[in-house]
Amino acid sequence: MFDFALNNAWLIPLFPALAFGIITLFTKKMTKLSVSISIGTILLSFVLSVIIGIGVIGQGDTFLEHPYKAVVTWFSMPGFSIEVGTLIDNVSVMMLLVVTFITSLVQIYSLGYMHGDPGLARFYAYVSLFAASMLGLVIAPNLLIMFVFWELVGLCSYLLIGFWFGKISASAAAKKAFITCRAGDFGLLLGIILLQINFGTLDLQQLSVMIPNFTQYTGLTAAGLTAIAIILFLGPMAKSGQFPFHVWLPDAMEGPTPVSALIHAATMVVAGVYLVGRILTLFITLPSALLFVAIIGAFTALFAATIAITQTEMKKILAYSTISQLGYMMLALGAASLTASMFHLMTHAFFKALLFLGAGCVLHAMHNEASIWKYGGLKKYMPVTYWTFLIGCLAIAGIFPFAGFFSKDLILEVTFAASSLSGHAQGPFPVAYTVLFLMAALTAFLTAFYMFRMFFICFHGELRSKEVQPQEAPKVMTVPLIILGIFSIISGWVGWPGLGEGQAFGYFVRLGEFQVMEANWLLIILSTLLALLGIGLAALFYWKKTFSAQAVIERVPFLYKLSYNKYYIDEFYLWIIHHIIDKCGWLLWKFDIYVVDGIVNGFGKMAQWGGTVMRKVQTGQLQHYALIFFMGIVLMFLLLSFTGVHSPAIGLMGGAK
Amino acid sequence: MIDILMDKFLTIGLEHFLILSGTLFFIGLFAVLAKKNVIAVLMGIEIMFTSVNINLVAFNKYTAAEALLTGHVFAIFVIALAAAEVAVGLALIISIYRQRTSTDVQDFDWLKW
Repeated sequence: MFDFALNNAWLIPLFPALAFGIITLFTKKMTKLSVSISIGTILLSFVLSVIIGIGVIGQGDTFLEHPYKAVVTWFSMPGFSIEVGTLIDNVSVMMLLVVTFITSLVQIYSLGYMHGDPGLARFYAYVSLFAASMLGLVIAPNLLIMFVFWELVGLCSYLLIGFWFGKISASAAAKKAFITCRAGDFGLLLGIILLQINFGTLDLQQLSVMIPNFTQYTGLTAAGLTAIAIILFLGPMAKSGQFPFHVWLPDAMEGPTPVSALIHAATMVVAGVYLVGRILTLFITLPSALLFVAIIGAFTALFAATIAITQTEMKKILAYSTISQLGYMMLALGAASLTASMFHLMTHAFFKALLFLGAGCVLHAMHNEASIWKYGGLKKYMPVTYWTFLIGCLAIAGIFPFAGFFSKDLILEVTFAASSLSGHAQGPFPVAYTVLFLMAALTAFLTAFYMFRMFFICFHGELRSKEVQPQEAPKVMTVPLIILGIFSIISGWVGWPGLGEGQAFGYFVRLGEFQVMEANWLLIILSTLLALLGIGLAALFYWKKTFSAQAVIERVPFLYKLSYNKYYIDEFYLWIIHHIIDKCGWLLWKFDIYVVDGIVNGFGKMAQWGGTVMRKVQTGQLQHYALIFFMGIVLMFLLLSFTGVHSPAIGLMGGAK
Repeated sequence: MIDILMDKFLTIGLEHFLILSGTLFFIGLFAVLAKKNVIAVLMGIEIMFTSVNINLVAFNKYTAAEALLTGHVFAIFVIALAAAEVAVGLALIISIYRQRTSTDVQDFDWLKW
């Protein structure tokens, strides 16, 4: 059973891909059938993933040392061979489980949320393709195949964000997401090409062997390879919404809420983190590239958290929280810990999917009223949503024993271990990591604050909107919420710091030797205190109303405006586009019109002019032609008479024997 | 001296045939190049054919071996060909005339440009 599933792991992405094909080609008109096909295939994939997962996890770290790899050569030429197939190890198994699980739940949830939408079959087709792309990316054995699926994921996000393409804002958001990602993908492709040129392979396993000893294999200096790593990192930055490419993520909220849940939890933004995790050896070999990743991650985490504090739309707040959490994951990678990053990726997938689906229920109940200031007191109308949402908030805030507590604590711990504060820092940049650690700790506090700000505003107090009567969502929507709620609690337990050796998450998913992480009580207490402080403050401001948020805003209006307007990054980009890119485009346009087109049109004009002159020769007079024939004969005769048969003139006419 | 000249003029040899055929050729060429009537142009072509035939026969008679008749046969082929060509040519001319009511070769220029 396990062997069969392992040997046929390629079926996992194939099933949803098939669903996409069948729905788009044949069953688009039959909504119910399309939906069943889509859900059926993703469940099949999920079952296969579970079988593989049980088998792989049952064998401890065997697959970490000896990943299962099944490939066929796609195409090859001397010095360049591309294989297509599957690479199954503990990391990809974990991702397979998370992606198929979340996607299945989201698809079931969408039955309720998207009920009655005329494009339901199309929606399910896209979601299937989305899942297929992400699953293909997860098990890709080399960077090129990964890149192919990477782009497919980008395409699906475009299709789904712009699902309601009749809305101008939705189609604009879709374009923004696609173009922003493309900007980063350019760097990724460049990095992949540079790796291929220098190492002669894109195979992940071969690369991870060659890169640590790159001086043996290539003529690259450390600085050169660092440049390659950073160029490569641009792709993951754009895909995972890292500063300064984060702008597309909040706008991506224009898509249906289940899509947001998919994008944020399982199938899109974590692709960047996963890709960096796959080639983490490259970054670990180069401490400065690693530091770059860590700085981007920590800065993004803090930056997004400060924006989230003042936003007024539930999905926007959640979007910024995603950016912030992705920053955490990048920070963990930057601290050279695959374990911490993947652990947070997993727990985050559960609680972020939960939060988004919960937000979907709220939006559903409030008839798509976006502003949280219109909500309030939803606790008594929607108890299931309330309690599951509370679990999600506690998890993301990092309260024991919820999932986020363990993963966030691990990230703080690995960052702390790389800093000079830990006392035994061996890394090259202990001071820098100290700053990053403090940023991460501050972010933990802010996270707790903004999540519970939203929570208290939405679910406590009195309902502010007079127009709607909120109702609890149907079962098909609440059951996935409950399942995700349970996982948001227990999924963290696999990383219990004191769990016996050979059992903890860090043993299954790691890079290099297994090191037992000792529970750092100081950090645990610190992070819990910070989270509690954030929750407490939020409660005082927005629940008990002991303090007035308005008063604080009036004290520092400048900071409030800065945060509320997202640091004017969008405006800044718009300014650049309007004033610099458009002007450059105008210049190039003129160059094209006058220089390039001028040359091409010039050739045409020359031919036309030549024709006008030369056609006078063609009189149409029979006798002129006859005369020319005759004169030609005479000419040839004369030539022959005076020059002999071997003259160049005769040669021109074909030559004599 | 006078004998030799007389001999040259009175005894018919290859030169006489060549002079005849050359004369006929240029008469035909003149007709082709200078006549306005398309029938006359066609006739000019026929005259040129004839001059060529004379050439062929004459060369065969004076230069080839006794038993060879290649030139004669060739001439007969050319006559057959000329007949066929004239048939086509006349058919074209009649057709053009019916449409344009003209036999002036200078009017036949609508294929230019």
